[in-house]
Amino acid sequence: MPMTIAEKILAAHSGRDDVKPGELVEADLDFVFANDITGPMAIRVFNKAGGKMVFDPQRVALIPDHFVPNKDIPSAIQAKEIREFARQQKLPHYFEVGRMGIEHVLLPEQGLVLPGDVIIGADSHTCTYGALGAFSTGVGSTDLGAAMVTGTTWFRVPESMRFIFSGKLNRWVSGKDLILYTIGRIGVDGARYRAMEFCGPVIEGMQMSDRFTICNMAIEAGAKVGIIAPDAITESYVKNRARRPYRFFSSDPDARYEATYDWDITQMEPQVACPHSPANVHKVSELKDIAIDQAVIGSCTNGRIEDLRVAAKILRGRKVSSTTRCIILPGSPDVYRQALAEGLLQIFIDAEAAVSTPTCGPCLGGYMGVLAAGERAVSTTNRNFIGRMGHVKSEVYLASPAVAAASAVAGRIAHPDEVL
Amino acid sequence: MTIRGKIWKFGNDVDTDVIIPARYLNTSDVKELASHCMEDADPEFARKIARGDIIAAGSNFGCGSSREHAPIAIKEAGISLVIAESFARIFYRNAFNIGLPILELPQAGGAIAQGDDVEVDIETGSITDHTTGLQYQANPIPPFMRELLTAGGLVPYVASRAARTTRR
Repeated sequence: MPMTIAEKILAAHSGRDDVKPGELVEADLDFVFANDITGPMAIRVFNKAGGKMVFDPQRVALIPDHFVPNKDIPSAIQAKEIREFARQQKLPHYFEVGRMGIEHVLLPEQGLVLPGDVIIGADSHTCTYGALGAFSTGVGSTDLGAAMVTGTTWFRVPESMRFIFSGKLNRWVSGKDLILYTIGRIGVDGARYRAMEFCGPVIEGMQMSDRFTICNMAIEAGAKVGIIAPDAITESYVKNRARRPYRFFSSDPDARYEATYDWDITQMEPQVACPHSPANVHKVSELKDIAIDQAVIGSCTNGRIEDLRVAAKILRGRKVSSTTRCIILPGSPDVYRQALAEGLLQIFIDAEAAVSTPTCGPCLGGYMGVLAAGERAVSTTNRNFIGRMGHVKSEVYLASPAVAAASAVAGRIAHPDEVL
Repeated sequence: MTIRGKIWKFGNDVDTDVIIPARYLNTSDVKELASHCMEDADPEFARKIARGDIIAAGSNFGCGSSREHAPIAIKEAGISLVIAESFARIFYRNAFNIGLPILELPQAGGAIAQGDDVEVDIETGSITDHTTGLQYQANPIPPFMRELLTAGGLVPYVASRAARTTRR
Protein backbone atom coordinates (compact mmCIF):
# COMPACT_ATOMS: atom_id res chain seq x y z
CA MET A 1 0.00 0.00 0.00
CA PRO A 2 1.46 3.42 -0.87
CA MET A 3 2.23 5.50 2.20
CA THR A 4 3.42 8.96 3.15
CA ILE A 5 6.66 9.44 5.08
CA ALA A 6 4.67 10.00 8.29
CA GLU A 7 2.72 6.76 7.79
CA LYS A 8 5.87 4.78 6.99
CA ILE A 9 7.65 5.92 10.14
CA LEU A 10 4.63 5.07 12.32
CA ALA A 11 4.25 1.66 10.66
CA ALA A 12 7.93 0.85 11.19
CA HIS A 13 7.64 1.72 14.90
CA SER A 14 4.45 -0.21 15.58
CA GLY A 15 5.37 -3.55 14.02
CA ARG A 16 3.05 -3.05 11.07
CA ASP A 17 3.50 -3.45 7.32
CA ASP A 18 1.30 -0.45 6.75
CA VAL A 19 -0.96 1.98 8.56
CA LYS A 20 -3.91 4.06 7.40
CA PRO A 21 -5.04 7.50 8.57
CA GLY A 22 -7.47 7.24 11.47
CA GLU A 23 -6.05 3.98 12.83
CA LEU A 24 -4.75 3.89 16.39
CA VAL A 25 -1.28 2.42 16.79
CA GLU A 26 1.02 1.88 19.73
CA ALA A 27 4.51 2.96 18.68
CA ASP A 28 7.97 2.43 20.16
CA LEU A 29 9.60 5.75 20.97
CA ASP A 30 13.17 6.61 20.03
CA PHE A 31 13.42 9.68 22.23
CA VAL A 32 11.34 11.46 24.88
CA PHE A 33 11.99 14.68 26.79
CA ALA A 34 10.51 17.43 28.94
CA ASN A 35 11.51 20.88 30.17
CA ASP A 36 11.39 22.77 33.47
CA ILE A 37 7.69 23.67 33.00
CA THR A 38 6.36 20.29 31.91
CA GLY A 39 8.98 18.04 33.55
CA PRO A 40 7.87 18.33 37.19
CA MET A 41 4.32 17.21 36.30
CA ALA A 42 5.70 14.40 34.13
CA ILE A 43 7.91 13.18 36.98
CA ARG A 44 4.90 13.12 39.30
CA VAL A 45 3.04 11.00 36.75
CA PHE A 46 6.08 8.72 36.37
CA ASN A 47 6.13 8.14 40.13
CA LYS A 48 2.37 7.68 40.47
CA ALA A 49 2.37 5.22 37.60
CA GLY A 50 4.80 3.07 39.56
CA GLY A 51 7.84 3.97 37.48
CA LYS A 52 11.15 2.88 39.02
CA MET A 53 13.67 3.46 36.22
CA VAL A 54 13.08 5.18 32.91
CA PHE A 55 12.75 2.75 30.00
CA ASP A 56 16.20 3.72 28.64
CA PRO A 57 18.29 6.53 30.15
CA GLN A 58 19.98 7.17 26.78
CA ARG A 59 16.62 8.03 25.25
CA VAL A 60 15.30 10.45 27.86
CA ALA A 61 16.32 14.09 28.13
CA LEU A 62 15.42 16.83 30.61
CA ILE A 63 16.17 20.38 29.53
CA PRO A 64 15.60 23.33 31.87
CA ASP A 65 15.19 26.05 29.26
CA HIS A 66 11.93 27.93 29.84
CA PHE A 67 12.38 29.84 33.10
CA VAL A 68 16.08 28.98 33.54
CA PRO A 69 18.48 30.55 34.56
CA ASN A 70 15.90 30.61 37.35
CA LYS A 71 13.72 33.69 37.07
CA ASP A 72 12.20 33.46 40.55
CA ILE A 73 11.92 31.12 43.54
CA PRO A 74 9.05 28.96 42.19
CA SER A 75 10.99 28.51 38.93
CA ALA A 76 14.07 27.53 40.93
CA ILE A 77 12.00 24.86 42.68
CA GLN A 78 10.79 23.45 39.36
CA ALA A 79 14.32 23.41 37.93
CA LYS A 80 15.51 21.65 41.11
CA GLU A 81 12.85 18.97 40.72
CA ILE A 82 14.01 17.94 37.27
CA ARG A 83 17.69 18.20 38.24
CA GLU A 84 17.16 15.84 41.18
CA PHE A 85 15.18 13.39 39.07
CA ALA A 86 17.92 13.42 36.42
CA ARG A 87 20.54 12.64 39.07
CA GLN A 88 18.47 9.93 40.68
CA GLN A 89 17.80 8.31 37.30
CA LYS A 90 21.41 8.90 36.16
CA LEU A 91 20.20 10.54 32.96
CA PRO A 92 23.16 11.40 30.71
CA HIS A 93 21.10 13.93 28.76
CA TYR A 94 20.28 16.44 31.45
CA PHE A 95 21.56 19.87 30.43
CA GLU A 96 22.56 22.21 33.25
CA VAL A 97 22.81 25.99 32.82
CA GLY A 98 25.94 26.65 30.78
CA ARG A 99 25.37 23.46 28.78
CA MET A 100 21.68 24.08 28.33
CA GLY A 101 20.18 25.39 25.10
CA ILE A 102 16.60 25.84 23.92
CA GLU A 103 15.47 22.23 23.58
CA HIS A 104 14.55 22.34 19.89
CA VAL A 105 17.83 23.97 18.96
CA LEU A 106 19.89 21.78 21.29
CA LEU A 107 18.62 18.24 20.67
CA PRO A 108 19.16 18.13 16.87
CA GLU A 109 22.52 19.87 17.29
CA GLN A 110 23.57 17.22 19.82
CA GLY A 111 22.55 14.39 17.46
CA LEU A 112 20.01 13.06 19.98
CA VAL A 113 16.98 13.26 17.66
CA LEU A 114 17.45 11.71 14.25
CA PRO A 115 15.86 10.93 10.89
CA GLY A 116 13.29 8.14 10.98
CA ASP A 117 12.70 8.51 14.73
CA VAL A 118 9.38 8.60 16.54
CA ILE A 119 9.81 11.29 19.21
CA ILE A 120 7.52 12.84 21.80
CA GLY A 121 8.34 15.85 23.92
CA ALA A 122 6.33 17.66 26.56
CA ASP A 123 6.45 20.85 24.53
CA SER A 124 4.26 21.73 21.59
CA HIS A 125 7.19 22.73 19.35
CA THR A 126 8.53 19.18 19.39
CA CYS A 127 7.26 19.10 15.80
CA THR A 128 10.53 20.92 14.92
CA TYR A 129 12.38 17.61 14.37
CA GLY A 130 10.19 16.75 11.40
CA ALA A 131 12.81 18.79 9.56
CA LEU A 132 15.12 15.79 10.02
CA GLY A 133 12.54 13.40 8.58
CA ALA A 134 11.31 12.23 11.99
CA PHE A 135 7.74 11.75 13.26
CA SER A 136 7.91 14.09 16.21
CA THR A 137 5.11 15.64 18.20
CA GLY A 138 4.31 17.51 21.37
CA VAL A 139 2.35 15.89 24.21
CA GLY A 140 1.28 16.81 27.72
CA SER A 141 3.05 15.84 30.91
CA THR A 142 0.90 12.77 31.54
CA ASP A 143 1.70 11.23 28.16
CA LEU A 144 5.36 12.06 28.67
CA GLY A 145 5.49 10.67 32.22
CA ALA A 146 3.83 7.46 31.05
CA ALA A 147 6.22 7.18 28.09
CA MET A 148 9.21 7.52 30.42
CA VAL A 149 7.95 4.29 32.03
CA THR A 150 7.05 2.28 28.95
CA GLY A 151 9.02 3.73 26.03
CA THR A 152 5.84 3.58 23.98
CA THR A 153 2.78 5.67 23.34
CA TRP A 154 -0.34 5.50 21.21
CA PHE A 155 -1.05 7.65 18.17
CA ARG A 156 -3.95 8.20 15.85
CA VAL A 157 -2.37 7.99 12.40
CA PRO A 158 -2.84 11.49 10.96
CA GLU A 159 -4.06 12.32 7.49
CA SER A 160 -1.30 13.99 5.50
CA MET A 161 -1.41 17.34 3.72
CA ARG A 162 1.24 18.25 1.17
CA PHE A 163 2.70 21.72 0.67
CA ILE A 164 4.79 22.08 -2.47
CA PHE A 165 6.91 25.21 -2.80
CA SER A 166 8.41 26.11 -6.15
CA GLY A 167 9.94 29.21 -7.71
CA LYS A 168 12.84 31.35 -6.57
CA LEU A 169 13.18 32.86 -3.10
CA ASN A 170 13.65 36.61 -3.03
CA ARG A 171 16.46 38.08 -0.93
CA TRP A 172 15.41 38.31 2.74
CA VAL A 173 12.69 35.68 2.28
CA SER A 174 13.31 32.67 4.51
CA GLY A 175 11.77 29.55 5.98
CA LYS A 176 9.98 31.77 8.52
CA ASP A 177 8.21 33.63 5.71
CA LEU A 178 7.13 30.38 4.04
CA ILE A 179 5.59 29.00 7.22
CA LEU A 180 3.90 32.30 8.14
CA TYR A 181 2.48 32.47 4.62
CA THR A 182 1.25 28.88 4.94
CA ILE A 183 -0.46 29.50 8.30
CA GLY A 184 -1.96 32.70 6.90
CA ARG A 185 -3.43 30.74 4.02
CA ILE A 186 -4.84 27.72 5.90
CA GLY A 187 -5.52 29.22 9.37
CA VAL A 188 -4.61 28.19 12.91
CA ASP A 189 -6.67 25.02 12.62
CA GLY A 190 -6.08 24.44 8.91
CA ALA A 191 -3.98 21.36 9.62
CA ARG A 192 -5.59 20.27 12.88
CA TYR A 193 -4.64 16.63 13.66
CA ARG A 194 -2.79 16.43 10.32
CA ALA A 195 0.75 15.74 9.16
CA MET A 196 2.04 18.70 7.13
CA GLU A 197 4.55 17.49 4.57
CA PHE A 198 6.68 20.24 3.07
CA CYS A 199 8.35 19.55 -0.28
CA GLY A 200 9.21 20.92 -3.69
CA PRO A 201 12.33 22.53 -5.14
CA VAL A 202 12.39 25.44 -2.67
CA ILE A 203 12.40 23.09 0.33
CA GLU A 204 14.96 20.81 -1.35
CA GLY A 205 17.30 23.80 -1.74
CA MET A 206 16.91 24.98 1.85
CA GLN A 207 19.49 24.70 4.61
CA MET A 208 18.54 22.82 7.78
CA SER A 209 17.94 25.96 9.86
CA ASP A 210 15.13 27.08 7.54
CA ARG A 211 13.66 23.58 7.53
CA PHE A 212 13.65 23.55 11.35
CA THR A 213 11.86 26.91 11.38
CA ILE A 214 9.18 25.65 8.98
CA CYS A 215 8.47 22.40 10.86
CA ASN A 216 8.66 24.24 14.22
CA MET A 217 5.52 26.24 13.44
CA ALA A 218 3.43 23.37 12.03
CA ILE A 219 1.71 23.31 15.44
CA GLU A 220 0.58 26.89 14.80
CA ALA A 221 -1.66 25.48 12.05
CA GLY A 222 -2.86 22.79 14.49
CA ALA A 223 -0.74 20.01 12.98
CA LYS A 224 0.42 16.91 14.78
CA VAL A 225 3.69 16.88 12.85
CA GLY A 226 5.48 18.90 10.21
CA ILE A 227 7.80 16.76 8.14
CA ILE A 228 10.37 17.06 5.36
CA ALA A 229 11.87 14.10 3.51
CA PRO A 230 15.55 13.76 4.46
CA ASP A 231 18.12 14.23 1.69
CA ALA A 232 21.82 15.03 1.18
CA ILE A 233 21.45 18.28 3.15
CA THR A 234 19.95 16.33 6.06
CA GLU A 235 22.71 13.73 5.79
CA SER A 236 25.47 16.31 5.96
CA TYR A 237 23.83 17.88 9.04
CA VAL A 238 23.32 14.58 10.83
CA LYS A 239 26.29 12.40 9.95
CA ASN A 240 28.83 13.84 12.39
CA ARG A 241 26.31 14.44 15.15
CA ALA A 242 24.29 11.23 15.34
CA ARG A 243 24.71 9.29 18.59
CA ARG A 244 23.00 6.19 17.17
CA PRO A 245 21.93 4.74 13.79
CA TYR A 246 19.23 6.51 11.82
CA ARG A 247 17.06 5.78 8.83
CA PHE A 248 15.73 7.81 5.91
CA PHE A 249 12.08 7.41 4.91
CA SER A 250 10.27 9.11 2.04
CA SER A 251 6.73 9.24 0.72
CA ASP A 252 5.70 6.95 -2.11
CA PRO A 253 4.92 8.82 -5.34
CA ASP A 254 1.32 7.56 -5.21
CA ALA A 255 0.82 8.18 -1.46
CA ARG A 256 -2.55 9.68 -0.53
CA TYR A 257 -2.90 13.25 0.67
CA GLU A 258 -6.02 14.84 2.09
CA ALA A 259 -5.01 18.09 0.39
CA THR A 260 -2.17 19.36 -1.77
CA TYR A 261 -1.15 23.00 -2.00
CA ASP A 262 1.23 24.03 -4.77
CA TRP A 263 2.61 27.53 -4.36
CA ASP A 264 5.05 29.50 -6.51
CA ILE A 265 6.83 31.81 -4.08
CA THR A 266 8.80 33.85 -6.62
CA GLN A 267 6.87 37.03 -5.85
CA MET A 268 6.84 36.50 -2.09
CA GLU A 269 8.08 39.25 0.18
CA PRO A 270 8.81 38.94 3.92
CA GLN A 271 5.69 38.05 5.91
CA VAL A 272 4.53 39.31 9.31
CA ALA A 273 1.87 37.77 11.57
CA CYS A 274 -0.02 40.60 13.27
CA PRO A 275 -1.78 40.44 16.66
CA HIS A 276 -3.27 38.24 17.98
CA SER A 277 -3.01 35.21 15.72
CA PRO A 278 -0.19 33.48 13.83
CA ALA A 279 -2.69 33.31 10.93
CA ASN A 280 -3.17 37.09 10.76
CA VAL A 281 -0.41 37.34 8.17
CA HIS A 282 0.44 40.34 5.99
CA LYS A 283 3.25 41.33 3.64
CA VAL A 284 5.74 43.51 5.46
CA SER A 285 5.13 46.30 2.89
CA GLU A 286 1.48 46.48 3.96
CA LEU A 287 2.46 47.47 7.50
CA LYS A 288 3.14 51.19 7.60
CA ASP A 289 4.30 53.13 10.64
CA ILE A 290 3.90 50.41 13.22
CA ALA A 291 6.26 51.64 15.93
CA ILE A 292 7.83 48.94 18.09
CA ASP A 293 9.15 49.07 21.63
CA GLN A 294 11.06 45.81 21.48
CA ALA A 295 12.60 43.39 18.99
CA VAL A 296 13.36 39.82 20.05
CA ILE A 297 15.65 37.64 17.92
CA GLY A 298 16.01 34.02 19.02
CA SER A 299 13.81 31.13 20.25
CA CYS A 300 13.26 27.54 19.12
CA THR A 301 11.92 29.01 15.89
CA ASN A 302 14.81 31.30 14.94
CA GLY A 303 17.67 30.96 17.44
CA ARG A 304 20.18 29.16 15.22
CA ILE A 305 23.51 30.47 13.95
CA GLU A 306 22.10 31.08 10.45
CA ASP A 307 19.41 33.30 12.01
CA LEU A 308 22.01 35.31 13.94
CA ARG A 309 24.12 35.74 10.79
CA VAL A 310 21.13 37.29 9.01
CA ALA A 311 20.50 39.64 11.95
CA ALA A 312 24.21 40.59 12.04
CA LYS A 313 24.19 41.44 8.32
CA ILE A 314 21.57 44.07 9.06
CA LEU A 315 22.84 45.27 12.45
CA ARG A 316 26.51 45.56 11.39
CA GLY A 317 27.57 49.19 11.63
CA ARG A 318 24.07 50.32 12.65
CA LYS A 319 22.39 51.12 15.95
CA VAL A 320 19.16 49.90 17.44
CA SER A 321 16.67 52.79 17.37
CA SER A 322 16.67 54.97 20.49
CA THR A 323 12.97 54.14 20.94
CA THR A 324 13.46 50.36 20.77
CA ARG A 325 15.09 47.63 22.85
CA CYS A 326 16.60 44.73 20.92
CA ILE A 327 17.19 41.42 22.72
CA ILE A 328 19.11 38.63 21.00
CA LEU A 329 19.15 35.09 22.40
CA PRO A 330 21.49 32.51 20.83
CA GLY A 331 19.63 29.17 21.00
CA SER A 332 22.38 27.02 22.50
CA PRO A 333 25.94 27.15 23.83
CA ASP A 334 27.23 25.97 20.42
CA VAL A 335 25.32 28.76 18.68
CA TYR A 336 26.66 31.23 21.24
CA ARG A 337 30.24 30.00 20.79
CA GLN A 338 29.96 30.13 17.01
CA ALA A 339 28.46 33.63 17.13
CA LEU A 340 31.38 34.69 19.31
CA ALA A 341 33.93 33.14 16.93
CA GLU A 342 32.37 34.85 13.91
CA GLY A 343 32.28 38.24 15.62
CA LEU A 344 28.49 38.39 15.61
CA LEU A 345 28.22 39.14 19.33
CA GLN A 346 30.53 42.12 18.86
CA ILE A 347 28.28 43.39 16.06
CA PHE A 348 25.19 43.00 18.27
CA ILE A 349 26.75 44.73 21.26
CA ASP A 350 28.11 47.54 19.06
CA ALA A 351 24.58 47.95 17.67
CA GLU A 352 23.47 48.34 21.32
CA ALA A 353 21.39 45.20 21.36
CA ALA A 354 21.30 43.09 24.54
CA VAL A 355 22.66 39.55 24.16
CA SER A 356 21.22 36.93 26.50
CA THR A 357 22.20 33.43 27.49
CA PRO A 358 19.93 30.80 25.85
CA THR A 359 16.41 30.71 27.31
CA CYS A 360 12.79 30.55 26.12
CA GLY A 361 12.06 33.39 28.59
CA PRO A 362 10.65 36.25 26.50
CA CYS A 363 8.74 34.12 23.97
CA LEU A 364 6.11 33.13 26.52
CA GLY A 365 6.23 36.23 28.67
CA GLY A 366 8.35 34.52 31.30
CA TYR A 367 11.23 36.96 31.70
CA MET A 368 14.11 38.62 29.81
CA GLY A 369 11.83 40.92 27.85
CA VAL A 370 8.28 41.01 29.27
CA LEU A 371 6.00 43.67 27.73
CA ALA A 372 3.98 46.30 29.62
CA ALA A 373 0.42 47.36 28.71
CA GLY A 374 0.41 49.24 25.42
CA GLU A 375 3.85 47.97 24.36
CA ARG A 376 4.48 46.34 21.02
CA ALA A 377 7.17 43.86 19.98
CA VAL A 378 8.37 42.37 16.74
CA SER A 379 9.65 38.90 17.48
CA THR A 380 11.14 35.92 15.67
CA THR A 381 9.24 33.62 18.02
CA ASN A 382 6.17 31.54 17.18
CA ARG A 383 3.07 32.83 18.97
CA ASN A 384 1.38 36.21 19.25
CA PHE A 385 -1.66 35.23 21.29
CA ILE A 386 -3.19 37.78 23.67
CA GLY A 387 -0.77 38.28 26.57
CA ARG A 388 1.82 35.93 25.11
CA MET A 389 4.83 38.16 25.87
CA GLY A 390 3.43 39.96 28.87
CA HIS A 391 0.46 42.22 29.59
CA VAL A 392 -2.89 41.37 27.95
CA LYS A 393 -2.79 44.81 26.35
CA SER A 394 0.61 44.27 24.72
CA GLU A 395 1.08 43.20 21.11
CA VAL A 396 3.41 40.81 19.29
CA TYR A 397 4.21 40.81 15.57
CA LEU A 398 5.89 37.61 14.36
CA ALA A 399 8.56 37.91 11.67
CA SER A 400 11.89 36.59 10.39
CA PRO A 401 15.27 37.56 11.89
CA ALA A 402 15.82 39.87 8.88
CA VAL A 403 12.60 41.80 9.48
CA ALA A 404 13.11 41.85 13.26
CA ALA A 405 16.65 43.22 12.92
CA ALA A 406 15.59 45.82 10.35
CA SER A 407 12.67 46.83 12.57
CA ALA A 408 15.00 47.19 15.57
CA VAL A 409 17.06 49.69 13.58
CA ALA A 410 14.05 51.55 12.14
CA GLY A 411 12.08 51.59 15.41
CA ARG A 412 9.06 50.42 13.44
CA ILE A 413 8.23 47.35 11.41
CA ALA A 414 10.47 47.57 8.36
CA HIS A 415 11.63 45.64 5.32
CA PRO A 416 15.40 45.01 5.44
CA ASP A 417 15.85 46.99 2.22
CA GLU A 418 14.56 50.08 4.04
CA VAL A 419 17.51 50.19 6.41
CA LEU A 420 20.33 48.80 4.25
CA MET B 1 -22.96 9.77 34.09
CA THR B 2 -24.94 13.00 33.86
CA ILE B 3 -23.62 16.54 34.19
CA ARG B 4 -25.81 19.60 34.60
CA GLY B 5 -24.57 23.17 34.83
CA LYS B 6 -24.58 26.71 33.59
CA ILE B 7 -22.87 27.54 30.30
CA TRP B 8 -19.85 29.86 30.06
CA LYS B 9 -19.42 30.78 26.46
CA PHE B 10 -16.20 31.40 24.49
CA GLY B 11 -15.39 31.87 20.79
CA ASN B 12 -13.07 30.14 18.32
CA ASP B 13 -9.36 29.37 18.82
CA VAL B 14 -9.29 29.74 22.61
CA ASP B 15 -5.55 29.27 23.16
CA THR B 16 -3.65 27.79 26.09
CA ASP B 17 -2.12 31.18 26.93
CA VAL B 18 -5.64 32.46 27.59
CA ILE B 19 -6.66 29.34 29.52
CA ILE B 20 -3.61 29.60 31.79
CA PRO B 21 -1.13 32.42 31.07
CA ALA B 22 2.52 31.36 31.00
CA ARG B 23 3.39 33.83 33.76
CA TYR B 24 1.76 31.36 36.17
CA LEU B 25 3.63 28.31 34.88
CA ASN B 26 6.31 28.69 37.53
CA THR B 27 4.11 26.46 39.64
CA SER B 28 2.23 23.23 39.13
CA ASP B 29 0.09 23.77 42.25
CA VAL B 30 -3.38 22.95 40.91
CA LYS B 31 -5.28 25.37 43.18
CA GLU B 32 -3.01 28.22 42.15
CA LEU B 33 -3.42 27.32 38.45
CA ALA B 34 -7.20 27.10 38.89
CA SER B 35 -7.36 30.58 40.39
CA HIS B 36 -5.97 32.03 37.13
CA CYS B 37 -8.13 29.96 34.78
CA MET B 38 -9.22 31.95 31.65
CA GLU B 39 -7.83 35.07 33.31
CA ASP B 40 -6.74 36.84 30.12
CA ALA B 41 -10.21 36.39 28.59
CA ASP B 42 -12.17 37.19 31.76
CA PRO B 43 -10.19 38.19 34.87
CA GLU B 44 -13.10 37.23 37.17
CA PHE B 45 -13.83 33.84 35.57
CA ALA B 46 -12.45 31.62 38.33
CA ARG B 47 -14.47 33.50 40.97
CA LYS B 48 -17.72 33.75 38.98
CA ILE B 49 -18.25 30.10 38.10
CA ALA B 50 -19.99 27.51 40.24
CA ARG B 51 -18.73 23.96 40.64
CA GLY B 52 -20.18 21.82 37.86
CA ASP B 53 -20.55 24.62 35.32
CA ILE B 54 -19.83 23.90 31.66
CA ILE B 55 -17.70 25.71 29.07
CA ALA B 56 -19.07 25.90 25.51
CA ALA B 57 -16.86 27.21 22.71
CA GLY B 58 -16.29 27.30 18.98
CA SER B 59 -13.61 25.53 16.99
CA ASN B 60 -10.00 24.65 17.87
CA PHE B 61 -10.41 24.99 21.66
CA GLY B 62 -7.07 24.70 23.49
CA CYS B 63 -4.78 25.54 20.59
CA GLY B 64 -1.15 26.43 21.20
CA SER B 65 1.02 25.03 23.92
CA SER B 66 1.22 21.44 25.18
CA ARG B 67 0.87 22.64 28.76
CA GLU B 68 -1.25 20.16 30.69
CA HIS B 69 -1.71 23.01 33.15
CA ALA B 70 -4.52 24.18 30.81
CA PRO B 71 -7.03 21.33 31.23
CA ILE B 72 -5.94 21.00 34.87
CA ALA B 73 -6.74 24.68 35.53
CA ILE B 74 -10.20 24.25 33.97
CA LYS B 75 -10.95 21.07 35.88
CA GLU B 76 -9.69 22.34 39.23
CA ALA B 77 -11.58 25.62 38.81
CA GLY B 78 -14.72 23.48 38.99
CA ILE B 79 -15.71 23.18 35.34
CA SER B 80 -17.24 19.74 34.80
CA LEU B 81 -17.16 19.57 31.01
CA VAL B 82 -16.03 21.45 27.91
CA ILE B 83 -18.20 21.27 24.80
CA ALA B 84 -16.63 22.73 21.65
CA GLU B 85 -17.03 22.48 17.91
CA SER B 86 -13.52 21.03 17.84
CA PHE B 87 -10.44 20.77 20.02
CA ALA B 88 -6.75 21.30 19.33
CA ARG B 89 -4.95 17.97 19.16
CA ILE B 90 -2.70 18.14 22.23
CA PHE B 91 -5.42 19.65 24.43
CA TYR B 92 -7.81 16.85 23.44
CA ARG B 93 -5.32 14.22 24.52
CA ASN B 94 -4.34 16.04 27.72
CA ALA B 95 -7.98 16.49 28.76
CA PHE B 96 -8.65 12.76 28.64
CA ASN B 97 -5.32 11.99 30.31
CA ILE B 98 -6.14 14.13 33.34
CA GLY B 99 -9.82 13.21 33.45
CA LEU B 100 -11.53 16.34 32.15
CA PRO B 101 -14.54 15.25 30.05
CA ILE B 102 -14.79 16.99 26.69
CA LEU B 103 -17.30 16.58 23.87
CA GLU B 104 -17.29 17.75 20.28
CA LEU B 105 -20.55 19.28 19.10
CA PRO B 106 -20.99 21.27 15.86
CA GLN B 107 -23.56 23.57 17.52
CA ALA B 108 -21.38 24.36 20.57
CA GLY B 109 -20.16 27.68 19.17
CA GLY B 110 -23.59 28.79 17.96
CA ALA B 111 -26.91 27.65 19.41
CA ILE B 112 -25.84 27.04 23.01
CA ALA B 113 -25.70 30.46 24.70
CA GLN B 114 -24.03 32.08 27.70
CA GLY B 115 -25.95 31.25 30.86
CA ASP B 116 -27.99 28.37 29.40
CA ASP B 117 -28.86 25.51 31.75
CA VAL B 118 -27.48 22.42 30.04
CA GLU B 119 -27.60 18.73 30.90
CA VAL B 120 -25.23 16.20 29.32
CA ASP B 121 -25.13 12.42 29.34
CA ILE B 122 -21.42 11.65 29.04
CA GLU B 123 -21.97 8.02 28.05
CA THR B 124 -24.26 8.70 25.11
CA GLY B 125 -23.21 12.23 24.17
CA SER B 126 -26.84 13.38 24.45
CA ILE B 127 -27.10 17.09 25.33
CA THR B 128 -30.24 18.92 26.51
CA ASP B 129 -30.38 22.71 26.66
CA HIS B 130 -33.13 23.27 29.27
CA THR B 131 -33.14 27.03 28.58
CA THR B 132 -34.01 26.66 24.90
CA GLY B 133 -35.56 23.20 25.07
CA LEU B 134 -33.29 22.03 22.27
CA GLN B 135 -31.56 18.66 22.17
CA TYR B 136 -28.24 17.79 20.55
CA GLN B 137 -26.20 14.69 19.92
CA ALA B 138 -22.44 15.12 20.37
CA ASN B 139 -19.86 13.13 18.42
CA PRO B 140 -19.38 9.98 20.48
CA ILE B 141 -16.09 9.62 22.32
CA PRO B 142 -13.85 7.11 20.49
CA PRO B 143 -13.82 3.71 22.24
CA PHE B 144 -10.12 3.88 23.04
CA MET B 145 -10.60 7.20 24.84
CA ARG B 146 -13.57 5.81 26.78
CA GLU B 147 -11.28 3.04 28.05
CA LEU B 148 -8.88 5.67 29.34
CA LEU B 149 -11.73 7.49 31.12
CA THR B 150 -13.04 4.23 32.57
CA ALA B 151 -9.60 3.43 33.95
CA GLY B 152 -9.61 6.89 35.55
CA GLY B 153 -7.08 8.50 33.23
CA LEU B 154 -3.72 7.51 31.85
CA VAL B 155 -1.89 7.19 35.18
CA PRO B 156 -3.92 4.27 36.57
CA TYR B 157 -3.98 2.78 33.07
CA VAL B 158 -0.18 2.76 32.94
CA ALA B 159 0.19 1.72 36.58
CA SER B 160 -1.59 -1.52 35.72
CA ARG B 161 1.10 -2.20 33.16
CA ALA B 162 4.11 -0.94 35.11
CA ALA B 163 5.14 -4.48 36.04
CA ARG B 164 6.78 -4.78 32.64
CA THR B 165 8.84 -1.68 33.19
CA THR B 166 11.44 -1.91 30.47
CA ARG B 167 10.93 -2.52 26.82
CA ARG B 168 14.52 -2.93 25.68
